[in-house]
Amino acid sequence: MIWASWSDFWHMGGYGLYVWGAYAVCLAAMLGEPWLTRRHRRQALQAAASREETSP
Amino acid sequence: MISAFAAVYARDLRLALRRRVEALLPVVFFIVAVSLFPLGVGPEPQTLRQIAAGVVWVSALLASMLSVTSLYAGDHADGSLEQMMLSGHSGFEISAAKAAAHWTITGAPLVLAAPLIGLLLDMSAQALGTLVVSLLLGTPVLSLLGGLGAALTLGLRSAGVLLILLILPLAIPALIFGAGAVSAVDSGQSTSGHFSLLGALLILTALTAPLATSFALHIALE
Amino acid sequence: MNPPIRWSTFAAPSRFYQLAGALNPWFWAVAVALAIAGLYVGFLVAPTDATQGDAYRIIFIHVPAAWMSMVLYLAMAFWAAVGWMFNARMGSMLARALAPTGAMFTFLALWTGSFWGKPAWGTWWVWDARLTSELILLFLYLGFIALQSAIDDVVRGDKAGALLAIVGAVNVPIIYFSVRWWNTLHQGATISMTAAPKMAQTMLLAMLLMTFAFWAYAFAVVFTRAQALALERERDTDWVRALAAKG
Repeated sequence: MIWASWSDFWHMGGYGLYVWGAYAVCLAAMLGEPWLTRRHRRQALQAAASREETSP
Repeated sequence: MISAFAAVYARDLRLALRRRVEALLPVVFFIVAVSLFPLGVGPEPQTLRQIAAGVVWVSALLASMLSVTSLYAGDHADGSLEQMMLSGHSGFEISAAKAAAHWTITGAPLVLAAPLIGLLLDMSAQALGTLVVSLLLGTPVLSLLGGLGAALTLGLRSAGVLLILLILPLAIPALIFGAGAVSAVDSGQSTSGHFSLLGALLILTALTAPLATSFALHIALE
Repeated sequence: MNPPIRWSTFAAPSRFYQLAGALNPWFWAVAVALAIAGLYVGFLVAPTDATQGDAYRIIFIHVPAAWMSMVLYLAMAFWAAVGWMFNARMGSMLARALAPTGAMFTFLALWTGSFWGKPAWGTWWVWDARLTSELILLFLYLGFIALQSAIDDVVRGDKAGALLAIVGAVNVPIIYFSVRWWNTLHQGATISMTAAPKMAQTMLLAMLLMTFAFWAYAFAVVFTRAQALALERERDTDWVRALAAKG
């Protein structure tokens, strides 16, 4: 291990804001995008189902 | 028998001459746009001289793009574009002719207006000369790229803004080589590299853009 | 002896949908596993850099994001071209599915690049050749997405997008060359993103692991989006109706 303690880890040698600022946005994007695409797929399926009901 | 190129070219020129005021709007926009910069950054001649080449080039780029939608829109609206594409003449020839017409109507006046603009921005005579040559080589590239954009966005809502978004990234090399030539002259360096690249770009674009435009027209008219 | 798979069978949206459904859990598993491994090496094994301190650790997402942004653009242009040339709408749907993810990675490359640049070189933005080219790539993505969303006719949109993507792909080397030319002329940045820290083995390993993690992620997300597009476009077909009935 290269970090003496957890607080050292978060501190990132003084660059915490930059490192975590970058990683946070990255994580948010890579959690948000899958969520959005799954929702898109779900809605497409629901739309197809409701078409079934109106026109068999 | 005149070629399809000559026929389309002459027709577009004739149409533009009937609407002279409309044809000159891009040049007016060009002058207005350039004049905004001193108002924005301050009238200090030193500053203006430094930004002049970039300002003139970007304004020319925008003026060129704004006027290019009408290149095909009018003919599309009254059906003559479809007739042209169905006529059996090469789409390449038609696209090339339209780009040439656009340059004659819009590009060339921009080149002629450039010295006046350059004076507004306190450019040196040498820089001005380089600017005019760079625009002479660059504005045809803009007309050719604009034609492709106009064909891709034919008949679409907000085609004008969309076209600008599509074509501006492709026009960046011309902008860099063109404005860069003036920077080079200002710092005492040779412009030959810039002009060679700009010339090569012009040749490459002239050979490929009309082909792509022709495809785009077929796609849009299907 | 079983005959080899005829890959073109997946040009049928229904079969692609099934393939994607089968593969996606694996893509996610690989993405998560590689990401954990990469971040472990990157944060708990790789040493602090001599010149840049710990700020350099942004490289473990910056470089993979930039790399993916370029790879996905080429993939997008490729599939759009295939869709156009072979009249294979699944190819065009894949291209449409690739665009938003590619744009996202481009944005991430710019964001992480900015957050790396600030501690390293003092400003939030540096007009160096690679970041500037990345910005232009974002414009190319946005143009593709904007054009396709402006065209109501789906087939025209597919073809126009394909043409635009091909023109863009061909232009990318020209644009990159001109931006590098521009950059060296204006002397400003002797600073450059290419001046990355001398890579220790562990740093390289972490970067590689993260790159493959991003790649697996991209497959998973793009395939999911392509499934959604297939459901929408093929909604009147039997297979979609059957799926919808199952709920």
